[in-house]
Amino acid sequence: MTSLPGCTSAVDPWLAHTVRIADITDEIEGVATYHLEFADAGVGESFEFRPGQFNMLYLPGVGEAAISISSDPAQRGTLDHTVRVAGNVTGELARAGVGATFGLRGPFGSAWPIDECLGGDVIIVTGGIGLAPLRPAIYELLNRKNEVGQVTLLYGARLPSGLLYTNEYDDWQSRGLDVNTTVDRTDPGWQGNVGVVPQLLDRMPIDDPENTTVLCCGPEVMMWYTARSALGRGIPTERIWVSLERNMNCAIGLCGHCQFGPTFVCKDGPVVRYDKVASLLRVEAF
Amino acid sequence: MESEKSSARFISKSELQALIDLLRDDGFTVVGPTIDQEAIVYDELTSVDDLPRGWTDEQAPGKFRLQRRGDDAWFGFVVGPHSWKKYLFPPLTTLALAQKTDAGWEMHTPEADETKYAFLGVRACELAAIGIQDKVFTGGPYVDPVYAARRNNAFIIAVNCTQAAPTCFCTSMNTGPKCSTGFDLALTELPDGFEVESGSDAGIAVLDKLAGQTPTEQQSKSAEVARQQAVDQQSKQLNTDGIRDLLLGNLDHPRWNEVGEVCLGCTNCTMVCPTCFCSSVDEVADLSGENVERQRHWDSCFNLSFSYMSHGTTRNTIASRYRQWLTHKLGSWEDQFGTSGCVGCGRCITWCPVGIDLTEEVAAIRSQDTPVAGAAKSGGAS
Repeated sequence: MTSLPGCTSAVDPWLAHTVRIADITDEIEGVATYHLEFADAGVGESFEFRPGQFNMLYLPGVGEAAISISSDPAQRGTLDHTVRVAGNVTGELARAGVGATFGLRGPFGSAWPIDECLGGDVIIVTGGIGLAPLRPAIYELLNRKNEVGQVTLLYGARLPSGLLYTNEYDDWQSRGLDVNTTVDRTDPGWQGNVGVVPQLLDRMPIDDPENTTVLCCGPEVMMWYTARSALGRGIPTERIWVSLERNMNCAIGLCGHCQFGPTFVCKDGPVVRYDKVASLLRVEAF
Repeated sequence: MESEKSSARFISKSELQALIDLLRDDGFTVVGPTIDQEAIVYDELTSVDDLPRGWTDEQAPGKFRLQRRGDDAWFGFVVGPHSWKKYLFPPLTTLALAQKTDAGWEMHTPEADETKYAFLGVRACELAAIGIQDKVFTGGPYVDPVYAARRNNAFIIAVNCTQAAPTCFCTSMNTGPKCSTGFDLALTELPDGFEVESGSDAGIAVLDKLAGQTPTEQQSKSAEVARQQAVDQQSKQLNTDGIRDLLLGNLDHPRWNEVGEVCLGCTNCTMVCPTCFCSSVDEVADLSGENVERQRHWDSCFNLSFSYMSHGTTRNTIASRYRQWLTHKLGSWEDQFGTSGCVGCGRCITWCPVGIDLTEEVAAIRSQDTPVAGAAKSGGAS
C-alpha cells in the first residue's frame, strides 16, 4: 500500500471531554461567565492553555460554539468562559444551570505573545465581549508585572452597562494595570470618556513606541483603526497583534469554514500578527 | 525509465478479473468506474463486466454525455462526476457520539471503520488529488481519524489516460496524464491486455500472483504511444505563473462581480472537485434526545451559511464566494499546503450548469492585472 507519511496521531480530535458547570457569574445583560470543571479530574489537572486560546463548547443535540477561555492560565481547578448569548449553542448554555454537563474540546488556536511583551510596554485595546479573550493575558501580565513595563488597558463599550468585569478594575489598577474605559453613549451618572476606543490610543502618551506591544481584539474595522493609530504613533507593525473571528466548525483546520485568505483562524489564529492580515482586513466580504 | 521497463509486466485482459477476485479474497471492497444514470461513476465492482466497456465520455463546459466507442476499451474515457474522495472522505460520516446518563453526558468515539478499499481506475490527476488530500487531512497538527484509517487501508490501481477531454488541463498543473507516483499498480490499456507497472511492495506482491510476462518491445511501444495520445490531445491550458500573487493581489478585480452574475452558487464545482474538503457537522439525535451522533457532511464555500457568524454572514454575495473558492483553490492553498489545490481534472468546468471555466476566469484577471488593487492598497502604514 502507498504509505501515508507522518500519520501517527493516536489522539481523536473529535472526542470531547465532559465538563460540569461548577458556578455561573452573571456579568452584564446577556453575558455570563461559566466556571467549568472536568468530569475526569485527571483531565482537569493536565489541562493547560495559553492566553487567547479557545475551546469548542459542545451541547449535545444543539451543536458546538468556539468560546475563548477567560480565566487565569496559572490558576488550576477552574476554567472560565465568558459567553454572550448569540445563537443556538450559547442560548442553550444560558438555560443550563449549575451542575449541568456538556462537552468541551480544546484548547485550540494561537495565543497572545506574552513573551514578546516582556521588557517593554503593553497596550491592550478592546471593546465589549472582546475583553474576555484578553483577560487571561491581563492576568498573566500582572502575574509577571516585574518583567514588563507599563501595561495599559483601553476598553470600550456601547453603554456603561456593557463594560465587563468592572468589579475587577480596582484590583487590576492596584497591581499595575492602567485601566481606561470609554463608551459610545452615556448613561446617567457616567463621568468617564465618551467616544470610540482608538481615540483613547490617539490621545495617550506613548513613551517608547519601539518597545511597545499592542494586543487588540474587536470588530475588524476597530482593529484596523487601532493598528493605523498605533502605526502612526511609531509602534512597529510586528508589535501589533489582533484576534480574528470567523465561523468555526471543526477548530482543527479540517473543515474550511474559518479561512481568512491563507489563514485558518482556528489553528493559525485567532491571534495573529497584524501585518499578516493587514491587507485583507478591509477587503469587503472576504 | 530503465527500472520501470524492467519491472513492467504485460497481463491479458482476462487477468483483470483475476486481479479483482484476488483483492476481494484478500478482504478488499473493489471500487471502480461503472455506468449509472447516464454517467460514469465509481461504485463497487465484482466483475470486469461492471466496467464501462465500449463507452466514452464527451465533455465540454456544462456538458457530459456518454458515447459509444468504436472499440471495446474498458477504460476508454476520462473522468466522471465522482472522485475517490467519496471513499476516503465520505460525504456523510459519524465522528462522535454523545449519550446522556444519570451522571450527565458521556462522549464516545464511534467504532472504527475497518473497510479496506481497492480503487481500480485511478487517473494521474486523481492520484495527485489524493496526495493533496493526504496533506489536508493528515499533514497538519491534527489528523482526521476517518480519512487516515481509510487511506492507510487503500490499495490503488491507477490507469493511465490514453485520451483527453477538452476540459482536461493536467499538463498545465504537472499532475499527468502519466501516473508516476502514489499507486500500488498502474495499468496502460492496450487492445489485447494491460501493461502493468508496480509502485509499492504491496503492488509487487499482487502482481507476482497474476499470470503475465515481460512486455514485448512492441507492447511497450504501443503503451507509450497510447499514453502520449493523452498528452497530445490536451487543448486546454492554465497559465500558473505567479498565480497565487495574481489572484490574491486582485481581490477587487471587476471580473469577480462579472462571474458572480453568471454563477448560480449551486456548489456543483466543489462537490465534484477531488480536492475540495469543506465540511460541516450536524447533530442527529434519537427521539429521546439522549443519544446523539455528530455527523459530518460535505459542505461548500458557495453555501451562504458557510461563513455565517452571529453578527452576519461574511461572504454574502455569490461574487465573494466564487472569489473565495478560486483564490483558495489556486492561491492560498499554496500557503496552507505547499501545493496548488487544483489538479487540472476539469470536473468543475464540465459539471458547472452554466459552464463557467476557471481557466478563462484566471485568464481574464491576468489580462487586466492591476496588482495595486485589493490586497496591496489597504495594507501597511498607509
